[in-house]
Amino acid sequence: MKILVPVKRVIDYNVKVRVKADQSGVDLANVKMALNPFCEIAVEEAVRLKEAGSATEIVVVSIGTTAVQEQLRTALALGADRALHIETDQNLDSLQVAKLLAKVVAEEQPGLVILGKQAIDSDNNQTGQMLAALTGMGQGTFASKVQLADGKVQVTREIDGGLQTVELPLPAIVSTDLRLNEPRYASLPNIMKAKKKPLDVKAADSFGVSLSSNVTVLKVVPPATRQGGIKVESVAELVDKLKHEAKVI
Amino acid sequence: MAILIIAEHNNQSLKSETLKVVQAATAIGGDITVLVAGFNSAATATEAAAIAGVTRVLHADNAAYEHQLAENIAALVTELGKDYSHILAAATTTGKNFLPRVAAMLDVAQISDVIAIESADTFVRPIYAGNAIATVKSADAIKVLTVRPAAFREAQTGNNAPVEALTAVHDAGISRFVTQELTKSERPELTAARVVISGGRGMQNGENFALLNGIADKLGAAIGASRAAVDAGFVPNDMQVGQTGKIVAPELYIAVGISGAIQHLAGMKDSKVIVAINKDAEAPIFQIADYGLVADLFTVLPELEQQL
Repeated sequence: MKILVPVKRVIDYNVKVRVKADQSGVDLANVKMALNPFCEIAVEEAVRLKEAGSATEIVVVSIGTTAVQEQLRTALALGADRALHIETDQNLDSLQVAKLLAKVVAEEQPGLVILGKQAIDSDNNQTGQMLAALTGMGQGTFASKVQLADGKVQVTREIDGGLQTVELPLPAIVSTDLRLNEPRYASLPNIMKAKKKPLDVKAADSFGVSLSSNVTVLKVVPPATRQGGIKVESVAELVDKLKHEAKVI
Repeated sequence: MAILIIAEHNNQSLKSETLKVVQAATAIGGDITVLVAGFNSAATATEAAAIAGVTRVLHADNAAYEHQLAENIAALVTELGKDYSHILAAATTTGKNFLPRVAAMLDVAQISDVIAIESADTFVRPIYAGNAIATVKSADAIKVLTVRPAAFREAQTGNNAPVEALTAVHDAGISRFVTQELTKSERPELTAARVVISGGRGMQNGENFALLNGIADKLGAAIGASRAAVDAGFVPNDMQVGQTGKIVAPELYIAVGISGAIQHLAGMKDSKVIVAINKDAEAPIFQIADYGLVADLFTVLPELEQQL
């Protein structure tokens, strides 16, 4: 069985985000970029399924400028077999991304698609669900456990207040939550090997998908800043302030 | 303008998130229809009809909707949604699950996690885990939004809107509910708690997290942790508050032995009042805390528990 893992290049989660002065967006010039943490978990899960003998091939795909090839190589170093780079300069919304991925699904015919539940830049949490809609597949979102058996997948999902398990016939879409696994680090030999693994490039406009969006960003501003408060000297003073000044207890 | 809201409930009763979404819909303006899709959920439909501002309630009661499976709920909402200008659901794990599926089937974008309504087509939402706030305008014929409940107050009740039963059943047949385990905790959920107390690397080990229990009991608080504490294996990562964990905005957030990495701040800086307890006076957490106590947490915690 083939597993398709779509991944996204995002700002590294440890970097302090700065909004541009002209309010057009976030400043990404000379900022450390990385594989989106949830995508890393998706790659790891696919690799584990392959190691367990449930999958035979892992294909990773990413959409963006040539820079995304860096993250595709990272995924290859973690254990993916080949990569597809869908090239575009445009910033796409989840719907356009899902439409492109649906074309890739039609071409590659994977038995399972595993992807991160959300990217830590746009924070949309939409692509997996939209891809499931466009391909007519079942969806196991926010997965903390994935079990394959008899042409079906059981997905344990992190829901508010607990866990829910659903069963979906394959092919299906799974989106990853934090608890699914702890991604490994790529070893140096694997990083070297990844450089030789196949990486195809296709232009986004060759898929016959409209890449225009009806949503425009009017402005991006920093959040209201928080003023630092005061230091208290003792527990008694703290309790007193919380009771009588902040009135929260 | 006609707004469709998909109610959040557990079949027996309506969840408060729904009242907050109605409040957000009121800011858009127009007729508000609430859809209650569930099984043996008549009481929930009655509750929805009592929310002020609701024009009517649609009630789809069938086993296919019992567990809010995204495939079935989305099919129903897509069918109904064509007649509306806006479709809203709470940005909970339920709403986040089925609503993007609806948007894709309607071939429109979804605006996620809306925290303010500027106008009928312009919305405000956090990006980069709240480190930037975007104002976006949608030209789609149908605006599909998930609404962050913490950003809106609850709509009033005291209404008696008509309830209309829907008979058409949408069972996509591509997903099956297996089991559900809801955490049986006396404590509230992290994302819904009025008070959250979190421990960081300063807690030194998992056993020491027990020091937070007594305080949490007294305050009715949920217990969280920083990524450092999770990575060190002190506690499971469903307790993680931060950019890649849970985003919380309680009335009171108590950070214990947490230095205040950007990662963590992204998950809690919208809390109303922040208390930091840390023995390092230079810890960045003090820059955003309303009340800071520079002290050893192992002496402070028992004292705090006693004085509450």
